[in-house]
Amino acid sequence: MLEQIDMSMVNWARGQFALTAMFHWIFVPLTLGLSFLLAFFESLYVKTGNEQWKRITKFWMRLFAVNFAIGIATGIILEFEFGTNWSNYSWMVGDIFGAPLAIEGIFAFFIEATFFAVMFFGWDRVSKKFHLFSTWMVAVGSNLSALWILVANGWMQNPVGMKFNPDTARFEMENFWEVLGSPVAIGHFTHATSSGFLLASLFVVSISSWFLLKNRHIEMAKRSIMVAAVFGLISSAYVAFTGDETAYTAAQVQPMKLAAIEGLYQGEEGSSLAAVGLLRPDMQPGDDKDPYIFAIKIPYLLSLLANRDPNSFVPGINDLVYGNPEQNIVGVNARMIEGKTAIEQLALYKNARGNGDEATAAAALSRFEAVSANLGYGYLSSPEQAVPPVALNFYSFRIMVALGTFFPLLFLAYLFFTYRGTIAKQKWLLMAGVVSLFLGYIAQEAGWIVAEVGRQPWAIQGLLPVHVATSNLTTATVQTTFFMFLGLFTLLLIAEIRIMLKQIHIGPEGK
Amino acid sequence: MFGNLAHSQLQQLWWIIVATVGSLFLFMTFVQGGQTLLATAARTEEEKSLIINSIGRKWELTFTTLVLFGGAFFAAFPLFYATSFGGAYWVWILILFTFIVQAVSFEYRRKPGNLLGTKTYDAFLFINGSVGLLLIGAAVATFFSGSNFQLSAYNSVTWQHPLRGLEAAFSLFNLSLGIFLAFLARILGAMYLLNHIHHDSLEERLRKAAFNNLLCALPFLLYFLARLLVMGGYAVEPQTGAVALVAGKYLSNLLAMPLVLILLLAGLVLVVAAVALTRFTPRRSGIWLAGPGTVFVGLSLFFLAGFNHTAFYPSKFDLQSSLTIANASSSHYTLTAMSYVAIAVPFVLAYIAYVWRLMDARKLTVDDLQGEEAEDLY
Repeated sequence: MLEQIDMSMVNWARGQFALTAMFHWIFVPLTLGLSFLLAFFESLYVKTGNEQWKRITKFWMRLFAVNFAIGIATGIILEFEFGTNWSNYSWMVGDIFGAPLAIEGIFAFFIEATFFAVMFFGWDRVSKKFHLFSTWMVAVGSNLSALWILVANGWMQNPVGMKFNPDTARFEMENFWEVLGSPVAIGHFTHATSSGFLLASLFVVSISSWFLLKNRHIEMAKRSIMVAAVFGLISSAYVAFTGDETAYTAAQVQPMKLAAIEGLYQGEEGSSLAAVGLLRPDMQPGDDKDPYIFAIKIPYLLSLLANRDPNSFVPGINDLVYGNPEQNIVGVNARMIEGKTAIEQLALYKNARGNGDEATAAAALSRFEAVSANLGYGYLSSPEQAVPPVALNFYSFRIMVALGTFFPLLFLAYLFFTYRGTIAKQKWLLMAGVVSLFLGYIAQEAGWIVAEVGRQPWAIQGLLPVHVATSNLTTATVQTTFFMFLGLFTLLLIAEIRIMLKQIHIGPEGK
Repeated sequence: MFGNLAHSQLQQLWWIIVATVGSLFLFMTFVQGGQTLLATAARTEEEKSLIINSIGRKWELTFTTLVLFGGAFFAAFPLFYATSFGGAYWVWILILFTFIVQAVSFEYRRKPGNLLGTKTYDAFLFINGSVGLLLIGAAVATFFSGSNFQLSAYNSVTWQHPLRGLEAAFSLFNLSLGIFLAFLARILGAMYLLNHIHHDSLEERLRKAAFNNLLCALPFLLYFLARLLVMGGYAVEPQTGAVALVAGKYLSNLLAMPLVLILLLAGLVLVVAAVALTRFTPRRSGIWLAGPGTVFVGLSLFFLAGFNHTAFYPSKFDLQSSLTIANASSSHYTLTAMSYVAIAVPFVLAYIAYVWRLMDARKLTVDDLQGEEAEDLY
C-alpha cells in the first residue's frame, strides 16, 4: 500500500502522538474527577446552606478552570492529529472511527462548553438550583466525552462491528451497537474514568494536606479531605475492579499484550504471575532462557487473571509468534503468509476490476476472502515485529498496580484519622498525602503506556500496523512539529503549574 | 427512516450538515473578532476587561463548533479528512497552533504567576483572531481553487508542493477569502459586544468598528466573488466520476441552484443591513441579523463547492484525484447511523440557546467587574 516506508518518520509520528496524548492526559483525569468533586461540594452547599461549602466549591473551581483550559488546548490537537499524521488510518477506518469523535462533539463537548460558562460566571446570574445543575452537567459532559473517545480507543484495541470492503479497500462499519458496547471499550472507559476520580481525590487530599501542614484554612482542608477521601476510596475499589476486567479482556483479545506485560515467553498451564521482577534485557523471542533475572512469583495468579481459571493455559510470546499446534494457536509467521496472499489477491482484484475483467476479479476476490482475516499481518516484515516492547510494558504495569494498591490504603488512613478527629496532627500522613499526587500522575501515565505500547506494532489490533497507518510526510517535517509541540506544551505546563501554585498560595479567602 | 435513503441522498444530507456546522462556526467567530478588537476598540483596562469577559463566556462554544466541524468531516467524509489534513500538513498545523494558544489565554491572561505576562496572552488571542482565521479562509478557498495532491490506487495522499498547504496563502484569491473572514469576524465581534456590553464610550467605538470593518472587508469579498464567478471549476461527470476543468462552473452552479443564489444574496444583504442599522440607528441587535446572514453566506459557499456535480476538494495536480461528496464519503451504514445521531443537534442548539438567554438576560456592565465575582474574571 505504501511503497516506501520511512521507519524513522513513523517513529517520530508515534513519538509526537505519544507526546501530545501524554500531555493531554496530565489534565484530563483531573477534569474527570474534580468536576464530580465540585458537584459534591456544591450539593453540600445547596443542601446545608453553609457558606463554607460555597467557598470550598469556589476555591477548587478556580483550580479546575486553570486545568480545564490547558486540557482543551492539548485536546484539540489529538483529534486533528489522526488526519495530519495518520491519514492512511483516517481513510482506512474513518468509516468507523470518525463516528464516535463526531458524537463526542455533539453529545459531550457542547454540554461542557455551555455549562462551564454557567458554573463559572453564573453564580449571580442564574438560580442556585440551576447553578448546581450546571455544575453536575459539566461533570456529566466531561465524563461523556471520555466515553466516546474511549469507545474509539477500545475499537483500536479490539476492532468489532465492521468488515473489509475490497472495492473501497477500507474497513466499513456494520454494527454501531457492537462498536459502542464492546467489552474492551466499556472496560477502558470505566477504568480510565475511575482512575480520573482517584487522581482528583489525590489532588484535593494533597493540597488540603499541605494547608494542614502549614496550619492554614484548617476547616476548609478538613472538609475537603473528608469528601475526597471517601470518593477516592470508592474510586480505588472501582479502579481495581475495572483494572481486573481490562486485563481479562486483554487476555481474550490481545494475548500478545498480556504476554508482553508479564514478560511471558513460554506459555504454560497454571501460570504464575511475577509480582516483582527484573527482566533479562537481552531476551529475544524464540530464546530458551528464563526471561527473569529475578522474580517473586505468585502461583496460578496469571491464569486466574487471564482466564478466570487457575489451571488454564496462558500463551507466551513464543507461542503467539511461532504458533503452538497443541493449543491450537496459529503463529504470526503463518498469519503473515496468509496476509501477504491477501494483499496480492486484493491488488489483483482491484486491477482486474479496473480492466473490466470480472472473471479474474471474482476468482481473486474469493481467494482474498479466504485469507482476508490476516490481511494486516501481510504488512509485517518479520514475525518478531509483532512483539511489543516487553520491558516498558512489564515495568509500567507493575508501577501502575503497585501504586493502585497503595492509594486505597492512603485514603483509608485519612478516613481513619478524620473519624478520630486527629487528622491535622498526622504530619507523616499529611506529607505522604502531599507526595501522593505525583505518584498519582505516574500511575496514570504508566497505565496509558501499558494500553498503547502494549498494542504495538498495531494501530488497530491485528488489522493495521502503525507503519501503514501514517501520512506521507518527511522525517524532518514531523521532527519539527514534534519539537514545536514539546516546546509549546512545556511552556504552557509550566505556566499552568505556576498559576496553580499561586492560587493555592492565595487560598480560598481570595487576594 | 434514514436507512431507506439512497447513498447519494445521504451524502447530500451530510454535506448540508457539515456545511451548517461550518457556517455556524463562521457566525461564532465573533469571538475571534472580539479578540482582535481588544487591540483596537478598547482604550482602557476597564474596556478591555469588559470585552474579554464578554467573549470569554462564549469562546468555548466557538472552539467546540470547530472541533465538531472536524469530527463531522471525519465521520461523513473521511477521505477529505485524510487527504487534506495529511496532505496540507503545515497549514492545518499552524491553524491548530493558533487555537491551542487561544484555549489557555482567556483563563491565564490575568492570573498571578502566568509566566508569559498578560501582553503575551493578548497577543495569542490576536494571532488566533487574525492569522488563524486568515489561514482557515485560505484553506477553505482551495475548495474552489484546488490543491496540489495525488491519491494512489489505495487513496494514500502525496502532496506535490513543498509548502504542504501553506502555498494556499500565497494566492490572492485564497487570501481574499481569508482576509474577508478576519474582517467579518471583527464586524460580528463589534456587533456582539455592542449587544452584550452596556458601556457608553465603548458603544460608540463598537458602532464605528462594525462600519469601518465592513468597508475593509468589502473589497476582498467582491474580489473573491468576482473571481469565483468567472473562474473555471472542477466538474464531475455523473456517470463516470471523471473530473474536468469547466469554464464558468461556479457561475453555472449558482444559476442552476437558484436557492443558493438567494442564500448568498440574502446573506450579504443581511450583513450589510445589520451594519447600517448598527452605525446609523441606536439599535443594538445587529448581531441577530448579521449572524444568520453569515450562516447563509457560508452555506451558499459550501453548496457551490459541493453540489451540482462539482468536486469540493479538487486537485489541480491530478484532476482525477479530486474529492467529491460521492467518492470521499463514508458508507451507507455509517451515514445512516450518523443521521440518527444528528437528530440530537436541534436539541443541543435548543439548550445552548436557553442557557445563552439565561446568562445574557442581564447585560455586562462595569459593576460586574467589581465585587466578589471579580476574582474569577478573565
